[in-house]
Parts: sequence; C-alpha cells; structure tokens
Amino acid sequence: MSPVYIARVKEVAARSIGGEMMIMSARDSTLFSLNETATAIWQAADGVTPLAEIVQRSLCAQFEVDPATALRDAEELVEGLAKHGILKLSDQPIVEAK
Amino acid sequence: MGSAIAQDVLIEIGAMPVLVRTSSPEFLHILRERYGGFVNSSAQPVFEFEVEIVQPGTIPTAIGDDEVLSVRFDAGRWVLERGDFRAELDPALRHGRIWQSANPYAIDAAFRIVHSLLLARQGGLLVHAASVVRNDRAFLFAGVSGAGKTTISRLAPPDATLLTDEISYLRREADGYAAYGTPFAGELAQPGENVRAPLAALYLLSQGPENRIDPVADADALRDVLRCVLFFAHDSELVGHVFDSACNLVQRVPVRRLTFVPDFRVWELIV
Repeated sequence: MSPVYIARVKEVAARSIGGEMMIMSARDSTLFSLNETATAIWQAADGVTPLAEIVQRSLCAQFEVDPATALRDAEELVEGLAKHGILKLSDQPIVEAK
Repeated sequence: MGSAIAQDVLIEIGAMPVLVRTSSPEFLHILRERYGGFVNSSAQPVFEFEVEIVQPGTIPTAIGDDEVLSVRFDAGRWVLERGDFRAELDPALRHGRIWQSANPYAIDAAFRIVHSLLLARQGGLLVHAASVVRNDRAFLFAGVSGAGKTTISRLAPPDATLLTDEISYLRREADGYAAYGTPFAGELAQPGENVRAPLAALYLLSQGPENRIDPVADADALRDVLRCVLFFAHDSELVGHVFDSACNLVQRVPVRRLTFVPDFRVWELIV
C-alpha cells in the first residue's frame, strides 16, 4: 500500500484556543475544532512526512495506542478533513510552490 | 429640482472618517439627518464615496432582491450588489462609487460593509451586539436577532451611555479593545452616542428565568463571537484577519454568558 502524505491547505486560519485547535476555512468561513489526536496530526501535516510515520511518532508514542488501529483511525480522520477542504492528501510528497 | 453641484459630508464612525460626495441636495439632507452626531468636517478622510442617485428600477445591479447581498473582489475592486444599490470600491485608491436611490438604507448597508472591510486589516471587528458605556467602561451584549440586544439597551439605567443597540464597533488598542458608538440602530431606532471607551467585558446574551453571569470557555466564546461578527467577503486574507481578531478578542477581553429576565435589575450585575 502506498504511503499517504498530508498537508495543511493555505486557505485556512488556525489557532489553539483554550487547548482546542480551532480552524476556519476561508472558502466558506466554516469553523472546525479538532480534538487532541486530530490536532497532533494537523500540526504534523507538513506534506513530506508519511501519515504512518506521523501516527507512529506523534500518536503512538504520546497516547499509547495500537499502531494499526491508530493508523486506521488517522486515515479516516484525514479523509474527513480533506473532504472539508482543510487538509490535502496525496500518495506523493506535497511540496508547495513558494 | 436638484442641483448638479456636488457637495460632500464627512462621516466619522469608529475613528474612521469616510467622505460622501453627492450632487443630490435631498440625499445630502438625508445623510446629515441620519448621521448628524457622526459628522466631523475637520477629519482627514480614509475613504471617499461618490454617490450617484438614480431612480429605483434603474440601479445597475444584477441582484433583484433587496435582502440578498453579493460581495466579491474583482480586478482589484470590491463589488457590492443588492437589489437597492450597487457599489464599487477600490481599496488601493480608497475611493468608491455607489448607485442608489435617495434613501438611507442603501448607504447604511454600504457603510457597514466598507467599515468591516477596512477594520479587518486593522484588527477590529463589527459585531452584532448592543454596547453601552458605564463608569467609563464599555460592555458588549452580543447575540443574533432576538437574543435581547434591544431589550437590554432599553433597560439600561440613566447613567449608561448607549453606543448602539445593533452593531458594535471594536478597535484593537495597545491595552486591549475599545468600543465606539455607531449610528447603526436596531429596533430602538436611535443612533448611538459618538463616544468611545475601553471594552471591559463581552456578554453573550440569552434570556432565561433569572439574572446570572456564567463563565464561558475560550473555545466556546470564539464560536459564539464568530457567529455574531459581521463579515461579508469570502477572501482568504480577510477571513484570516477576522479569525485572528476574534481569537485575540476572546483571549484579551473577558467573555461571559449573561442570562437575564427582561427587567432593569439585570443592570445590577453590569458594573
């Protein structure tokens, strides 16, 4: 199975408020709030680190979860965020033009 | 019969003077009547409008409904269209043109939009909220239509100065935020006083069986405040500014939930 790469889209504004990551889409002004695990994935979404590595490094170590279960949950999560237009997914590293 | 000589009036809301030029004496009279307390002839305008008064039905807008507003950024200009007006604003030149009939509603809507666009870049916000100054401190009462903005304004004691019962004007200042009076009136049909005061607290309004103030978590405060922010443009940069401003506001100003029964005793809690 090919690795999944994730990157934050530029057309959002994000800020941690009271321990919650709040994200606003500039496209339609929808406001999202992420829980702790989703925030860890969001913050690590640099476009070049495979999702499996993010899960291993940011989730398994921090939250003591089973790697296979965590990866499955993370894949579902990033697909959901991508559908909402706040995250990009690719099977190739995502390098944004400056 | 109207005069062809253009005259202007400088209307300063939220320390933001906007010059309006028109060749219609009737419209000039409407402006002076409606914005009388906000006219400041000695200010330096930050934006200028030319208003062309046209007959209803001949306004160059593609929108047929007075309730539907379209705001888009096109070729370096903001284009605002509603059934009763069209406006084109050039932010670089700080100049705009409005086509409308001689009524105060269209210019009032245009003012709200222009101020929201100008304020967004300066860390300020227009909020659906009543605001009042008491003991030299401003208090905001935010809520959507029906939450009680006009009711709480009406119940304000004699020592309180009304800034608005409908649209509050907030500017970022060194130590926090200041609230300014606005002429944007709600059901009270009364413009606010043209004064400013540092913002002491923002109350999210709800009506209930007793008067009480409850704490609100920052994230919940942000959600509720953003619901009340006036913003019209789906522009990435400006949406980012508005989001940042709302975040700064809830982190710098105490936000509380104010549940109240509609009688004057609620003001015993607001000091």
